Amino acid sequence: MTAEAGPPLPPLRCRPDWPFFAGLAVLSGVYVLFIVAMLAADLSFTSPRHLLRALASPEIRYAIKLSLISCSLTTLLSLWIAVPTGYLLSRHRFPGKRLMDAILDIPIVLPPLVIGLSLLILFQTPPGRALQQLVPVTYAIPSVILAQFAVACAFAVRTMLVTFDQISPRCEQVALTLGCNRSQAFWRVALPEARRGLLTAATLAWARALGEFGPILVFSGATRMRTEVLPTTVFLELSVGNIEAAVAVSLIMIAAALIVLTLARLFGLRAPLERVL
Amino acid sequence: MIALEHVTIQAGDFLLRNIDLTVPAGSYAVLMGRTGAGKTTLLEAVCGLKRVVRGTIRLNGGEVSRLRPGERGIGYVPQDRALFQTMTVRAHLAFALVIRKAPREEVARRVTELAGLLGIEHLLDRHPHGLSGGEAQRVALGRALSARPNILCLDEPLSALDENTKTEIGALLRKVQQAAGLTVLQVTHNQAEAENLADHIFQLHNGRVERQT
Repeated sequence: MTAEAGPPLPPLRCRPDWPFFAGLAVLSGVYVLFIVAMLAADLSFTSPRHLLRALASPEIRYAIKLSLISCSLTTLLSLWIAVPTGYLLSRHRFPGKRLMDAILDIPIVLPPLVIGLSLLILFQTPPGRALQQLVPVTYAIPSVILAQFAVACAFAVRTMLVTFDQISPRCEQVALTLGCNRSQAFWRVALPEARRGLLTAATLAWARALGEFGPILVFSGATRMRTEVLPTTVFLELSVGNIEAAVAVSLIMIAAALIVLTLARLFGLRAPLERVL
Repeated sequence: MIALEHVTIQAGDFLLRNIDLTVPAGSYAVLMGRTGAGKTTLLEAVCGLKRVVRGTIRLNGGEVSRLRPGERGIGYVPQDRALFQTMTVRAHLAFALVIRKAPREEVARRVTELAGLLGIEHLLDRHPHGLSGGEAQRVALGRALSARPNILCLDEPLSALDENTKTEIGALLRKVQQAAGLTVLQVTHNQAEAENLADHIFQLHNGRVERQT
């Protein structure tokens, strides 16, 4: 008996697609509305006067400045580590690779307070104390950057690993046959191909660093005009019952995050293709 | 000349043992075999991209088994062409010369020469995105030829092309090979393609290379 034997099946009447698309729209729409509602609630709780007063406060201006500087430094440090680490894990097999891969995820899964506590203990060990003889870290500005870096870098590493995984190694192999060594193939071929992932990793690291609070509270303290970043300000203002100021600072953070995310996306989409040669 | 003497190649869990193959200098050879037979692995070993566990690979008389890919004097066109998405066609043709720090005038001269030979002058300022299959193949070929290699390794260069473009690129490959006196080793599983192009046809079957013509 052949596969063609027997009468043909009647034409199938397909169900309409609109319930499927309606499901997608409703579920995603609910989440977007949830986020917008939170922002709208914040906006309704404050006024331009509160915002201007917050911006005029020397403590909050210091926190804005420290946040912008520390987040940018954290982003640079994170990329400096994330690019080679992501490339190594993506392109090479070596003993202990799985273990290394798992260790790199620890800062993502650990509670933020635990990261802060671990950093605090690390800098109380003999090597940590020796380092602090040279550069004061704990409860000083370097501790803010280090606390942000501990978490943000893990996200940047993961992003770069996925980015390099998605780029075929074939291009680098061709570059090798054309006379490149491994380093040249990386700088001239792999890294330019990874430019969008690089931008995503930078954006993610910056945004994570901006929102970091737990590790900073434990490792850096919450000292005004010293280790105060914007999340610390929100905490300090809330702790003295100044909710209007806390909301105003929250809105400043939201605005900063929106500006950076929008610029990064616009830049990422419109960036001219790099001329490597 | 390409000569493999008792070569064993390892690529992960895949192993090709004791391969012997000789392609005379200046000839066009095609290596055939079923999918998964190891044709691409063998070609990549010639290019230095796969590890040779035992045996010797000689290119133009010199042993290259331990040389890095860029030191072997070969041009390589992979099956997916692997064009550099961030570079223009001009940058592709210039790539190997820029790596060798060739003077600007020499780079420009070679780019013009290759673009003329391959008929891609009008594409020089374009990026790979949006090129047709035939155009992309010409660019990949130009990139492989830019440093004037003696040996050209082609992995299924006609596989993803329509019939007209296949004939066109096939004729171009032959023209380029004869013009530059290249030794070509091409991998394919298409018998008609092999018969059209090749001076010598080899079969890779059950881990052994047999000469068919």
